[in-house]
Amino acid sequence: MTDIALNPAAPASARPARRDIGLKRRYAAERRFKLYGIAAIAIGLFFLVALMYSVFSNGYTAFWQTEVNLAINLDPKIIDPDNKRATDPNVLLTANYPILARNALAEKLGVPATNKPAMRELGKLFSEGVRGQLRDLVVANPSLIGTTQSVWVLTGADIDSAFKGQIDLTVDQTRRKVSDQQVEWMNKLKGEGAMSQRFNTGLFTYGASSRPETSGLGVALIGSLYMMLIVLCLALPIGVAASIYLEEYAKKSRLTDIIEVNINNLAAVPSIVFGLLGLAVFINFFHMPRSASLVGGMVLTLMTLPTIIIATRAALRAVPPSIRAAALGVGASKTQMVFHHVLPLAAPGILTGTIIGLAHALGETAPLLLIGMVAFVANSPVTPLDPSTALPVQIYMWANEAERAFVERTSGAIIVLLIFLAVMNITAIILRRRFERRW
Amino acid sequence: MSTLMVLVIVIAIAAAGYFIGRQRAVSKEGGNVKPHSLPHYHGWWVFLASALPAILFIAVWAAATGVYLERSAIAELPTRTADTVIASQSLELGMVSGIARGLDKLSDAERANLPQTFAELQPLLASKGVALATEGQDYMIPIATEWNRNTAWASSIGGIVAIVLALAGAVFGLSGVHVRARARNNVERVILGALMAASGIAILTTIGIILSMLFQTITFFQSVSPSTFFFGTVWDPRFAAAGSGGSQGQFGLIPLLAGTLYIAFVAMLFAVPVGLFAAIYMAEYASRSVRSVVKPLLEVLAGIPTIVYGFFALVTVGPFLRDLSAALSGGYAFIQAQSVLTAGIVMGVMLIPFVSSLSDDIITAVPGSLRDGSLGLGSTKSETIRRVVLPAALPGIVGALLLTASRAIGETMIVVLAAGVAANLNINPFEAMTTITVKIVNQLTGDLEFNSPQTLVAFALGLTLFFITLAMNIFALYIVRKYREQYE
Repeated sequence: MTDIALNPAAPASARPARRDIGLKRRYAAERRFKLYGIAAIAIGLFFLVALMYSVFSNGYTAFWQTEVNLAINLDPKIIDPDNKRATDPNVLLTANYPILARNALAEKLGVPATNKPAMRELGKLFSEGVRGQLRDLVVANPSLIGTTQSVWVLTGADIDSAFKGQIDLTVDQTRRKVSDQQVEWMNKLKGEGAMSQRFNTGLFTYGASSRPETSGLGVALIGSLYMMLIVLCLALPIGVAASIYLEEYAKKSRLTDIIEVNINNLAAVPSIVFGLLGLAVFINFFHMPRSASLVGGMVLTLMTLPTIIIATRAALRAVPPSIRAAALGVGASKTQMVFHHVLPLAAPGILTGTIIGLAHALGETAPLLLIGMVAFVANSPVTPLDPSTALPVQIYMWANEAERAFVERTSGAIIVLLIFLAVMNITAIILRRRFERRW
Repeated sequence: MSTLMVLVIVIAIAAAGYFIGRQRAVSKEGGNVKPHSLPHYHGWWVFLASALPAILFIAVWAAATGVYLERSAIAELPTRTADTVIASQSLELGMVSGIARGLDKLSDAERANLPQTFAELQPLLASKGVALATEGQDYMIPIATEWNRNTAWASSIGGIVAIVLALAGAVFGLSGVHVRARARNNVERVILGALMAASGIAILTTIGIILSMLFQTITFFQSVSPSTFFFGTVWDPRFAAAGSGGSQGQFGLIPLLAGTLYIAFVAMLFAVPVGLFAAIYMAEYASRSVRSVVKPLLEVLAGIPTIVYGFFALVTVGPFLRDLSAALSGGYAFIQAQSVLTAGIVMGVMLIPFVSSLSDDIITAVPGSLRDGSLGLGSTKSETIRRVVLPAALPGIVGALLLTASRAIGETMIVVLAAGVAANLNINPFEAMTTITVKIVNQLTGDLEFNSPQTLVAFALGLTLFFITLAMNIFALYIVRKYREQYE
C-alpha cells in the first residue's frame, strides 16, 4: 500500500499518450459559439440604448422653454390709436402687439428707441407668438389697456437654443443665428433673473405652427385620443364577437377555414395597404372627410382587428372545457354558457390583447399619411369629423423640418409617444400578471 | 326630422317595448305551465323586433336618399360644355351640396328673401361660418334650394316610416309573448347572426383591399400599359398640371422593386445573424434570470413605433455613417446620409426582435430527446445546436425569416425618412435608393386630382406590394404548419 503511494510517478508515465481528438479545438469552438450569442444580444441591446439615448438626449430639453419676463405697458396709443375700440371690436384683434413687447424690452435693456438696427435685433429676441398672447389678454379683459402688466413671453427659437447651450457661441457671429449683441442681452436678462426656462405647457396645447416655439402637440393629442376611442369602440366588440363565433360556434368548414387564413394574413399585410383601402373606400367611395380622425380611427380599427381576434381566441381557448361542460350540464344554453361563463373568464386575456393592439395602433403612421392626416391644423378639432393630426404623424411632419429647434421638439414628441406606449404596455403586463389564471 | 332624432325615438320605442314585454312575461307566469324563457328574454325579443328592422330601414333609406339627391341634382345642372368653368362634375356637385348645407343654417327670414347671385350669397353664408369655394355659380342656388327641399321631404318620410316600423315591430313582438313562446331561442339566433356578421368583417376587409386597389389599378392600366409598368426601368411620374396633357410620365416598377428588395436584403443581412444568435443563446445557454431580463428588453425594440426608428436613422445613424466615411477616406463622404445602408441597418435593428422571438419559440419546440441523444454521444453543446437542433428547427426558422422579410418589404416609415426619394437603379449600398412604399406615400400625400395616372399608380404599387407580401406570408405559414406536424 505505502509502496504504491510513495511511487506515484511511475504508472502515470507508463500510460500511453492521449490520442488527439481535437478536444481543445472543439472547446474553443464552443466558447466562440457562445461568444457569438452574447455579442448578438449585446448588439441588440446596444442599439436599444443608442436609440433611447439619441431620443432622450435630444428631447428632454423640449419640456422647458426659455421665457422672458416683461413689464408690458398696454399703451392705448399703440393698441388703439384712433380710439375706436368701443365701436369696432376688430381694433383689438389687429393691433400691433409686438411693438409693445419690443418697447418693454428696450426699456428694460436701456436701448434707445432711435437706435433702429438695435431695435430690429431686439425684436428677434422674443417670439412672434407674443401677438396672440397679448391679444388674448386684452380681448379677454379690455380694461387692462393703459395699465402695465408683468407677462412671461416666449423667446424666439434661436434664442431658446442659445439659452439652452445648443448653439456654439465660439464661432463667428456671422455664421450662427444669434448675434453677439443678442447673446449679451440674453446674459444680462439671465443675470437679472428676467429670462429663465419654464415648463413648456405650450408643447401640449399649441397646434401646428411654422415657428418652433409656438408649435405643439395639442391637435395631435386630441386626434390620437379620438382615434384610440374609435378603435376601442369598434375593434373590441367586433373582434370579440368574431373570435367567439370562430372559437365557440363555427363548425370546421371551408368557410371558417378561409376566415382563419384570412385573419392570419391580414395580421401580416403591410400597414400602408390599409391606408390605400381607407383612401379608396372611406374617402373616395363614401365621401367621408379627409384628415378626419373618424376615418383614421376606422382604418386603424381594420388594422388592429386581426391582433385583437388572435389574442381573444387564445384567451378563449385557455378557458378549460370543464367550465363549458359544467355550464351546459346545469342547463345553460350555448349562448348563456359563452356569455355568462367563458367570456368573463377570458376577459383579462382579451383586455391585455386589446391594450397591446391599441398601443400598436397609437404608434402607426403610414396609413394615416394616405388619408390626409398630414395637414397643417392650427385649431383644436372639436368632433372626430374635424381635420386633425396624430401623434406619430406630427413626429413625421416635424422630422421633415430643417430647423434645429424642431429636432428638439421632434424628440420631445417621441418621448411623449414612448411614455404613452410604455404606460399602455406596462398596464397590459400588470393585468396579465394580476389576473392570469393557470388551470 | 333629423336622422339622429328618429334614431333616438326608435330606440326609445324599443326600450319601452323591452319593459312592457318583460312585464307581460312576468304577469303570464305562475300558472301550471312551466315558462320556456326568462322574462328578460321576452323583453329583449320585443326590443330587437322593434329596433332592428327600423334601424336597417334608416340605413338603407339614408343611402338611397343620397343617391337620389345626387341624381336629381345632376339632372338639373346645365350640360357640361368645353367652356364650363368648373373642372369636373363631382366638383360642381360638391359645391351645390356645400351651398345647400349653408342655406340650412340661415334663419327663415333670411331664406325668404334669398339673394339670387352667388356673389351676394357667399358673404351671407360666410357670416354663418360656412366657407364656400369662390367660383360658385348663380344657377347653383335654386338647385341647392331644391336639394334642401328634397332632403327635408325624404327625411320626414323616412322618419315616419321608421317610427311606424318600430311600432309595428314592438306590437308584433308583444303579441308573441306567451308562456311557452321560444323567446330565448329567437334572441340567441339574432346574437349568432351578429357574431357571424362580425367575423365576416375580416373577409370583407380583404375583399375591400383587393377590390379597391384592383379597380384603381385597372383604370391606371388603361392609360399606362402593364408591360411598361412591370418591366419599365425608369421611374419619372412627372406631376403634370391638370389639363396640360401630353406630358406622360414614365412608371417603371423595376427601380422601386430593386430598391425595396435591396434594402430588405441589407436589413435581413443584419437582422438574421444577430437575431438568430440571440435566440440560440437565450434558448440554449442563458440562465432563467438572464433570459427573464434580456428577452423583454429585446422585445422593447419590437414595440417602438417605426417612425421613431426613422427619426433615429435620420438624425443619428445617417449622419454618423456619413461622418465616419468622411473620416475614413479623408474628407470625401462616400456614404450618403440617406442611403440603402442607413435604411437597411436601422430596419435590421427593428427586425431583430421578430427574428429572435420567432426562432426562440421554434428552437425551444425542438424535443429535448434530440439534444440528449446528441450530448450523450459526446458532442459539445455548440455541436449539438449546429448539427442537431438547427437542422431540426430549419423549416420553422425559414418560415419565420420569410415572415420577417415580408415585414421588411412592407415597412414604410423607416425608408421614407432614411432611404431617400431618388428612384435610382444601382448596386452601391452607400447611395440612396427608394422603395415601393416610399413612392406610394409620395404619390398620395397632398391634394391631388384623383383620376390621374400619377395618383392611380400608387394603387398599382400597393397591389403589387400586397401580392408580394401575401405570397410570402402564405408560403411561410405553409412551411410553419408543415413543420409543426412533425413533432406532435
